[in-house]
Amino acid sequence: MISLPGAPGRVLAALLLLASPALAAGPEKALSGVLEAIESKRPDLAMQRVEALIAVHPNFRLAHLIRGDLLLARARPLETFGNVPKTVPREKVEDLRAEALLRLRAVRDRPNGGQLPRYVLQLHAEQRHVLVVDSRRSRLYVFENVGGRPQFVADYYVTLGKNGVEKTREGDQKTPIGVYHVTANLPRQKLTDFYGAGAFPINYPNAWDKRLGRNGHGIWLHGTPSDTYSRPPRASDGCIVLANADLEAVGRTLQVGLTPVIITDEVEWAAADAVEAERKALAATVEAWRGDWESRDTAKYLAHYAARFHSGDQNLAEWSEHKRNVNASKSWIKVGVSRVSMLQYPRERFVVVSFDQDYRSSNLSNVMRKRQYWIKDGGRWRILYEGGA
Amino acid sequence: MLCAALLSLSFAAVADDVQDASKLLKAGQHQQALERVNKVLAAKPKDAQARFLKGLIFAEQGNTREATEIFLALTKDYPDLPEPYNNLAVIYASQGQYDKARGALEQSIRTHPSYATAYENLGDVYAKLASQAYDKALQIDSANPGAKNKLALVRDLVGGTGPVKPVVVAGAPAPGPAAATAPAKEPAKPTVAVAAADPKPAPAAEKPAARPSNVEVLETVNAWAKAWSSRNVDAYLAFYAKDFKTPAGEARADWEQSRRQRIGAPKSIVVTIEAPKVSLAGDVQASVSFRQSYRSDVIKSTSTAKTLVLSKASGRWLIQQERVGN
Repeated sequence: MISLPGAPGRVLAALLLLASPALAAGPEKALSGVLEAIESKRPDLAMQRVEALIAVHPNFRLAHLIRGDLLLARARPLETFGNVPKTVPREKVEDLRAEALLRLRAVRDRPNGGQLPRYVLQLHAEQRHVLVVDSRRSRLYVFENVGGRPQFVADYYVTLGKNGVEKTREGDQKTPIGVYHVTANLPRQKLTDFYGAGAFPINYPNAWDKRLGRNGHGIWLHGTPSDTYSRPPRASDGCIVLANADLEAVGRTLQVGLTPVIITDEVEWAAADAVEAERKALAATVEAWRGDWESRDTAKYLAHYAARFHSGDQNLAEWSEHKRNVNASKSWIKVGVSRVSMLQYPRERFVVVSFDQDYRSSNLSNVMRKRQYWIKDGGRWRILYEGGA
Repeated sequence: MLCAALLSLSFAAVADDVQDASKLLKAGQHQQALERVNKVLAAKPKDAQARFLKGLIFAEQGNTREATEIFLALTKDYPDLPEPYNNLAVIYASQGQYDKARGALEQSIRTHPSYATAYENLGDVYAKLASQAYDKALQIDSANPGAKNKLALVRDLVGGTGPVKPVVVAGAPAPGPAAATAPAKEPAKPTVAVAAADPKPAPAAEKPAARPSNVEVLETVNAWAKAWSSRNVDAYLAFYAKDFKTPAGEARADWEQSRRQRIGAPKSIVVTIEAPKVSLAGDVQASVSFRQSYRSDVIKSTSTAKTLVLSKASGRWLIQQERVGN
């Protein structure tokens, strides 16, 4: 008697196709269970399931929308998924439909063990986790550092900027794309309800952003206000917003100043072997750069730098002259490189290499955290940028 | 038997008082109606009809607490009666308690699967619950009073000769004295219609011996719809007179054959009869116009205006003509 004929039936069937291998935990799995019940023409079971979901997440608006449809279907045939009165602004419903599609897509698209995000070439021993954000999927993936390589742990639905990604300007309501790290841990008590369970600012604009003249500030990972379980996929002013329980779970993995946050338009996944080959090649080049610096063969050393290189306000010519002068005054140099992380920058062809540099020489010694951008230039890895981290 | 006879005698007086009370209620004289009903209840505290009427009076007066108590008690004493559940639901809905309204209406339908009023009300309540769910989904605050269902008691539920169902229901127990020539409903249809049916669970002894023709006709139409709904083809066909005028003038056997097929094929059929109007022409001729809703597992839902012309032969009303339209 109760059916969801016509358009909504097709919409839900399409959603279900996306949702088939229900391996995801959390609300997505429950959500796909509801749609499976609808698809198998068991509206009462669907109602039970959606009500169970609402019992766990009373402010889950998407669940209420589906419950509304299931109730309305008992009164009259539905015309569409999210069959709210015509007087409701369309975008309000579209937001929830978009959230439904993204959450169900996440049920289908599970990260598989053989594929890794190609950005994470190497983590150093103290970095326990790395976060990777996929803007198109509205998803945040958490990977654990196992012997320097990422291993998938969990993923979460996230809300990003109203106007999408590639932040360049203050107030453009976009989420930046790039490699960042969390810079602070702001507990709930210090924040308004808007930020929910807490907040973790990231270092936008980073050195690369600044070089490109990008501005703006205050890009945070944060939670959700108490009146809603989640927010639409595109709703923030550029921040990455998670459900409060999810933020708390992610927060437990975060180390201020250490945990990388890689924000991408769409994550590029690659076979673990290919990622490992890339890592080895770059690690060997970095080691060659270190050796050439120690050798005081300045020409060989400078050959590691790209034509477009810059450091602070120095270009390659200025840098080269400076290095020639410095190296000429030394009788020996020792360079130690440790705690190396290597992260491919999304959208760019360079890899951010960070390490502790233990520099000793006949007339000067220092220890610093250094950051370099290595880029493939004419088939060879070269340094595009170098500076303190 | 003596006992039964005595009861039957006393029933006449009781029925008169209940009918008087109904008239008073219809005239808006709530207090007088209440006094009359209380008089009946003093003599017969268990009388379902009087209690039901008292519940209606309270509901109309806005005394929802007492009305609720009465209808609740009726559902406990007579769990098979759909009307008290329905009216409870109307009160709950008027208070915005749509979940409770839904529960009551589902009870009402459980006892009487083809109870049209309850279906109609349940549809409204589901729509209301859906709207609340959507409000939560969209974070709209629809606490505006206009969105709330109003308790709208149908004014003509007490007809000249006794209580009248504004909506007659296939499969519902035939009420006692009822004037079916009711002047239809109020023009402004309430969001949730109150079943004003006579909830007569009474023991046989309380049934009046002779009933008005219009009641008999309505009972016949109800029973016809019930036979149809239960896909009992033989019982269904037995409602048609020997000289039944087949719709397309086909042979009776051909018509029967096609009806058997139509009624036998679906796995489930629900036929409900709404807003019936009976016109009597003498003692043996009647026509009933009503809105017929038909649902089956094959056909989602149709609603048709229909008229049945019946004649009485050997004490039974039989269908002579069946027309679409009034």
